[in-house]
Amino acid sequence: MYFQDLMLKLLGFWGEKECIILEPYDVEKGAGTMSPHTFLRSLGPEPWRVVYVEPSRRPADARYGENPNRVYQHHQLQVILKPSPEDVQDIYLESLKAIGIDPLKHDIRFVEDNWEAPTLGAWGLGWEVWLDGMEITQFTYFQQVGSINCDLESAELTYGLERIAMYLQDVDNIFDIKWNENLTYGDIFENAEYEHSVYSFEKANIETLKHLFNIYEEEAKNGLEEGLVLPSYDYVLKCSHTFNVLDARGAISVTQRTHYISRVRNLAKLVASKYIEQRDKQGFPLTKGGM
Amino acid sequence: MSNKYLLEIGVEELPARFIDDALNQLKTKIKSVLEIKRIKYENIETYATPRRLVMVVNELSEKQLTLEETVKGPSKKIAYDDEGNPTKALEGFMRGHNIKIEQIFIDKYNGEEYIYANVIKQGEETSTVLSENMADIIKSIVFPKSMKWGEKDLRFARPIRWIVSMLNEKVVSFDLEGIKLGNITTGHRFLGEKEIRIDSVDDYFVKLEENYVIVDQNKRRDIIQYGSKRLAKEKGGTVLFDEELLKEVTYIVEYPTPIIGKIKEEYLRLPKDVIITPMKEHLRYFPVVDDNNRLLPYFITVRNGNKDYIETVIRGNEKVLGARLEDAKFFYYDDIKIPLESYVDNLKSIVYQEGLGDIYDKTVRIQELSKKIGDYLEVGEETQKNIERAAYLSKADLVTKMVDEFTELQGKMGMEYAKQSGENEIVSTAIYEQYLPKFAGDNLPTTTAGSILSIADKIDSIVGSFAIGIQPTGSQDPYGLRRQALGVINIILNKKLKLSLQDIVEYALYIYVEKQGLVFDYKNVKMEIIEFFYGRIKNIFSDMGIRFDIIDAVVNTGIDDFYDLKIRVEKLNKYLDINGLSEVLTTFNRVMSLAEKASSANVKKDLLIEEEEIELYETFIEVREKVSSWINKKEYDKALEQFIALKDIVDRFFDHVMVMVEDDKLRENRLNLLRKIAENMLMICNLSKLVK
Repeated sequence: MYFQDLMLKLLGFWGEKECIILEPYDVEKGAGTMSPHTFLRSLGPEPWRVVYVEPSRRPADARYGENPNRVYQHHQLQVILKPSPEDVQDIYLESLKAIGIDPLKHDIRFVEDNWEAPTLGAWGLGWEVWLDGMEITQFTYFQQVGSINCDLESAELTYGLERIAMYLQDVDNIFDIKWNENLTYGDIFENAEYEHSVYSFEKANIETLKHLFNIYEEEAKNGLEEGLVLPSYDYVLKCSHTFNVLDARGAISVTQRTHYISRVRNLAKLVASKYIEQRDKQGFPLTKGGM
Repeated sequence: MSNKYLLEIGVEELPARFIDDALNQLKTKIKSVLEIKRIKYENIETYATPRRLVMVVNELSEKQLTLEETVKGPSKKIAYDDEGNPTKALEGFMRGHNIKIEQIFIDKYNGEEYIYANVIKQGEETSTVLSENMADIIKSIVFPKSMKWGEKDLRFARPIRWIVSMLNEKVVSFDLEGIKLGNITTGHRFLGEKEIRIDSVDDYFVKLEENYVIVDQNKRRDIIQYGSKRLAKEKGGTVLFDEELLKEVTYIVEYPTPIIGKIKEEYLRLPKDVIITPMKEHLRYFPVVDDNNRLLPYFITVRNGNKDYIETVIRGNEKVLGARLEDAKFFYYDDIKIPLESYVDNLKSIVYQEGLGDIYDKTVRIQELSKKIGDYLEVGEETQKNIERAAYLSKADLVTKMVDEFTELQGKMGMEYAKQSGENEIVSTAIYEQYLPKFAGDNLPTTTAGSILSIADKIDSIVGSFAIGIQPTGSQDPYGLRRQALGVINIILNKKLKLSLQDIVEYALYIYVEKQGLVFDYKNVKMEIIEFFYGRIKNIFSDMGIRFDIIDAVVNTGIDDFYDLKIRVEKLNKYLDINGLSEVLTTFNRVMSLAEKASSANVKKDLLIEEEEIELYETFIEVREKVSSWINKKEYDKALEQFIALKDIVDRFFDHVMVMVEDDKLRENRLNLLRKIAENMLMICNLSKLVK
């Protein structure tokens, strides 16, 4: 199965399970969870079902395109089911069948894994799903997001698309994944991997980025004062990504690290509570059979 | 007939580490409910798989035991009207207890007459009692980490999806937040039926096994153990079992099938721990070794399922392990490109603890402190040199790629890389041993250098934390300071090290002041640390079965040489076990309390005038000499025996000599004499702390 077919199959599968199919969110982020389609929508009492592919940037994981398993940017396929249905595990397993993974021919396990995202003030309980020993999905029941308790708990499923594709196509190197009949993952991303690695580890201008972080932080606060939740959140994401680059660049000491993380977390928390306030004023529109 | 109750709590995959405790809670709670509710039973069995917590109660009585009890009604005044006829109050009382007028009697309560009756309470059906209590029992199970789901007012480790509750063939229903309940269970996730009807409690185990679920964890464990052994034997090896891991694996499968996979030979050139760690910690594989305990190129893992398509599963697992070992190999060969000591400088970039500097600073402190401990123990120049070197290199592995990826390899990689860099055996071993013991009951360092380094590292952590106000409170001990203190004490006791805790703590504090420029309330912090250690040593002694008052009597002498304290408590505990001391305690309590009033222990001989005080003084001087010689030989029981022989003479002194006399000089001299005796006693133990 080609990489693009894998995406399409899963999007289609979840689309049929009443998830809206959305496009990736257009601000840099480290994980699908950070998209407002997850972060904000998992707050409050409104139901929500969504599926989208999220290109996720992790500067510290960059390897100049030389490591067979680690990359600067990978693709997560993110599903949010809010509230989590009774048979959510069964539906998930069905989705594996849809992409050609027959549980009877493999060893599929739900292995304890408690997810936590300190910059988002978010945590949940769940599992890593193992396919013959390999982690292919992160499965989490959100308990807290933006440091706020989840009234209506979401189930979050995050598929590691590259890993699954490597397994399905039986290749040992991520760059050998066939995107379609003609092009490989390497054809498309190898150069980007190299350039982003050089940038993140060697060339990023530390002073400029530190300055940018401060500016983004200011702008996020500015937006919040005007009651503009979504634009503010975009700048929170920018702060987070800028911090990640600085971190990869080795420009942040351990103490500073904690400090930066808490700055992002505080912003995320402010955005989260503002968001709930705003939805509350609107009478939580989606609760009325919106989904 | 024999009544059996079955409860199955059907869950999504529970964390293995929570399961044993959850079963224990379930058992304890049902036990107490059955006892309170007067329901007899034979025994309770508990079982678990990742997807179910199961309890079977055997030989339950049909009903609660009937209870005969005397109940109190209204006062006689209220019970009858003026004509002596029963009032509404009395009628209500009789109706309430279903009794007739002939059954009541009158008795006095607080001087007033009341109506009483003996009533027989018919027991409720067992099924009723179970149905009324089971929801609360389940709700009261607590986990280290729990969650909410599906808008339910309930917390559990993972969502509960179904419940089977049956007494023999009948469903015992109750409501747990609307969760599906009945006689329907579910089989293995992939191999079993989705819905299985259970006809009776005995039927449950059979039906589930037919559906690829082995409910009994001991049975699964046996299958894993024997199956793995057989596979390893076919390859001429044995399985390196580890109790913890075996238990974990048992609780993450419902239908275990051990399988064996291959490791590429090239990876076996890596150090053993580098191969084993990702296998065990990350993938839950069992290593296979030959007769010489050398790794063989195989691993064993346990599939949650049957043998179908087993080749695919093996191949997948081999690939995953291969990727992990490829990483490890890369880290290893990259790390050894430069000698271990070249990493030391990089330690400056890792903060140890806010206020306590970076890891390099810690290295320097450990170096200083371990040198001092070496001096105290008079270890000799050669060892001292090794300790200094080991201390300098002790944390270097923390900035290597391998330890960055596999933190649990800290120390082990340090040792490995030290050897690769040409450091000697003692230095290399000490680097590993600095982290021992890692947990209660873990191995202790085997070398002197390792012991000293381990003590220095731990004392530095404890002292530094206390100095910046981090100390364990209640169940909170995020930095594991209690464990570290226990480690220090266990090393001292085990290696019979002659060390003064005060001296080490003071020196560690001094280093923080001098090298780190740390500012803190010196006196107070020191006192807190010393008390913290005494708290630990008391626990250790009490775990050894020493009487608590003997522990108090010994620890309250101000002695801070822990090994010496241990000999004391052991000897005295044994001695006092045989010889009751109750008669002498009164005497020496009096000595002790008067001694506290003394200004010094200087006795002027010419001020001793009464016959009894002269006698006491002279006898004491003789006794003291003998006591000292026993103490020097650490024969504390004999020292005590010698000392308490003074009792009669002390008693005679108290009988005939007035201590608190008007004359200042005489009074002071007599108090001082008692102080002198008390001080001698404190060299053995503080008798006034003993309980008669």
